[in-house]
Amino acid sequence: MEKPVIQVENLSKAYQIGQIGTGTISKDFERFWQTKILRKEDPYLKIGQTNDRSVKGTSNIVWSLKDINFEVNTGDAVGIIGKNGAGKSTLLKLLSRVTSPTTGEIKVKGRISSLLEVGTGFHPELSGRENIYLNGAILGMSKSEITRKLDEIIDFSGVERYIDTPVKRYSSGMYVRLAFAVAAHLESEILIVDEVLAVGDAEFQKKCLNKMGDISIGEGRTVLFVSHNMSAVNTLCNKGIVLENGTIAFNGTIENSIDFYLKNNSNNAHKKWENNQQPTSDFFKLLEVSVLDKNSRVSLNHLISNEVCIEFIYEVLKDNQFFTHGFNLFNNQNIHILSSHDKDSNNLITPVSKGVYKIKVVIPGNFLAEGEYNCSFAIMRYNPFHVEFHEMEVVGFNIIDEIGGNTVRGNYTGKFPGLVRPLLNWK
Amino acid sequence: MDKVKSSKDWDLIIKGSTSLFDLKFNDLWKYRDLLLLFVKRDFVSFYKQTVLGPLWFFIQPLFTTIIFSFAFGNLAGISTDGLPKYLFYLTGITSWNYFSDCLTKTSTVFKDNASIFGKVYFPRLIMPLSIVVSNLIRFGVQLLLMVLMMVYFYWFPVSGTSFQLTNGLFLFPFLVLLMALLGLGLGLIITAMTTKYRDLTFLVTFGVQLLMYSTTVIYPLSYAKAKGYGFIVELNPMTGIIECFRYAFLGKGEFTLGSLSYSIIFTLIVLVLGIVIFNKTEKNFVDTI
Repeated sequence: MEKPVIQVENLSKAYQIGQIGTGTISKDFERFWQTKILRKEDPYLKIGQTNDRSVKGTSNIVWSLKDINFEVNTGDAVGIIGKNGAGKSTLLKLLSRVTSPTTGEIKVKGRISSLLEVGTGFHPELSGRENIYLNGAILGMSKSEITRKLDEIIDFSGVERYIDTPVKRYSSGMYVRLAFAVAAHLESEILIVDEVLAVGDAEFQKKCLNKMGDISIGEGRTVLFVSHNMSAVNTLCNKGIVLENGTIAFNGTIENSIDFYLKNNSNNAHKKWENNQQPTSDFFKLLEVSVLDKNSRVSLNHLISNEVCIEFIYEVLKDNQFFTHGFNLFNNQNIHILSSHDKDSNNLITPVSKGVYKIKVVIPGNFLAEGEYNCSFAIMRYNPFHVEFHEMEVVGFNIIDEIGGNTVRGNYTGKFPGLVRPLLNWK
Repeated sequence: MDKVKSSKDWDLIIKGSTSLFDLKFNDLWKYRDLLLLFVKRDFVSFYKQTVLGPLWFFIQPLFTTIIFSFAFGNLAGISTDGLPKYLFYLTGITSWNYFSDCLTKTSTVFKDNASIFGKVYFPRLIMPLSIVVSNLIRFGVQLLLMVLMMVYFYWFPVSGTSFQLTNGLFLFPFLVLLMALLGLGLGLIITAMTTKYRDLTFLVTFGVQLLMYSTTVIYPLSYAKAKGYGFIVELNPMTGIIECFRYAFLGKGEFTLGSLSYSIIFTLIVLVLGIVIFNKTEKNFVDTI
């Protein structure tokens, strides 16, 4: 019989949005009067609102998490996935006791450590060794425990030569290595990890992933892991929880969870924002984005040999602007496939005045591999380089595989690996 | 799987509302190493500062003493109870500085450490406690200055003045503790309130300045009493402590059990109140700061 080490019951967390400041003394008093003296319900807490950011809430309190229930068993590695704003970070914060729940409770068996950031509390003036002690103690280790593990930590970090140098002289890579080394040697039974692996070079990332794998599989400890990186979640975890608008949308094995997430996160080939909802920056407002086929029709699915055209319609809000366009393409594992910008844009030479404009980018056929993609859109300037605007996940599309003379695959029908599938010349 | 589990099966239950007096002292004890490491951090970063860094600790009380002696001693002609003027002011400044340092530094704990507190849990009380202990370094430096000045005035006495050490010195550690706890208690209350009402920080900066004038830093209690304002001055809980401190080192000052007891009771009430409010705030302050 498996025993739960974490049991979450009816967990909810409400956040107040908007201004929290001097204006609230009277409201605070009213709330105090209503709830504590008159024993009535909190007048400023409206129950039943979900945290859907695209719909404007009527109260200034949003439920970041609402009635969450789940259990985690010993030795499980649970991947928590969901879109931005789904409540992942809030759940992590509650689990790591950084903030406390509005209602409900979390029961925990064993020591729990959280890694929402590497190197919390590092002091630049202290040496690497001193920082290991400080950081370790902040993460909950006792001094004797750290002393016992010191050699192991230094060895893992690979910065032995500089261990008595103040960390302000470290390169950022060394800093992160040392910080992760401390975290990796925590002895708690439960480890909560945020996307801290997105740091360091590839070799060190691999080392971290291996260490994480050792922790959950090798040592039988429990790991909760939040990441956008589906391949990392897939390799590290055996269970998955999909969060959507503050509620649990799916809870099961990691494969099923990822499937569910991707299906529900299905791409949208056309997006037109409502008034006042458009992503906006100082002088720029994105109005509409469409994925078009070669006949300029909006289309979600594209055959692998066909070109894909993405059209962005935007408004410039101020006169005399210089800028150019760029976009990033990600696949469904959230791997960054490519980045491109309009380096010869006229907008860099002649100033753009107020108005609505249109720009198209064409991704050639026989270039991307089959799968789901989504793209971001950016506006930037050079000299000095400055990103004025960047909106993630504006639209998405699917590349559908085909077989035949016109494709990279040709007549081969088996599994075709690789992130991209460009048609190359063989001579 | 048996769903019925008693709370004893769990090592930790995280929930929204806990008892007001659930102060988690055992948690605090578990993290005692962290407290020492924070103190060590402050100590080391203090030493690694420029040469002038520690020197400022000398300069500030020294110049304040000189200005006070000039303004209040020479110009205003306020008596110093027959003590050498410099010594009189320096004892007041040294003890007041420790108290006000504890108060002002702990009163910004939440704001200063928001980034750490937002990322990892440890009993938040560790931080203000470490500040109070770290402040002992500066207090020690100023105490050293005071002792040096006592030695100087011992060898080169100013005519018409005298001072002597008394057995009140045995109370010295206790007095330091009292100042620390009073500053800590007030600081905790203020830091908890500043997470919501930011304007309080302004109050602290000049409030502490003003409070100094309502206690016996620049005048002896006997002088205030002679003028008929003794009861106002005695309302300030620091008065009993500073008088006792001055009596211990210089042999003058109105050290009575009554005023010291008042200070002790005041400190305990403020401290308990401070810890309760602080604990209440620490759970959710990350959402508002």
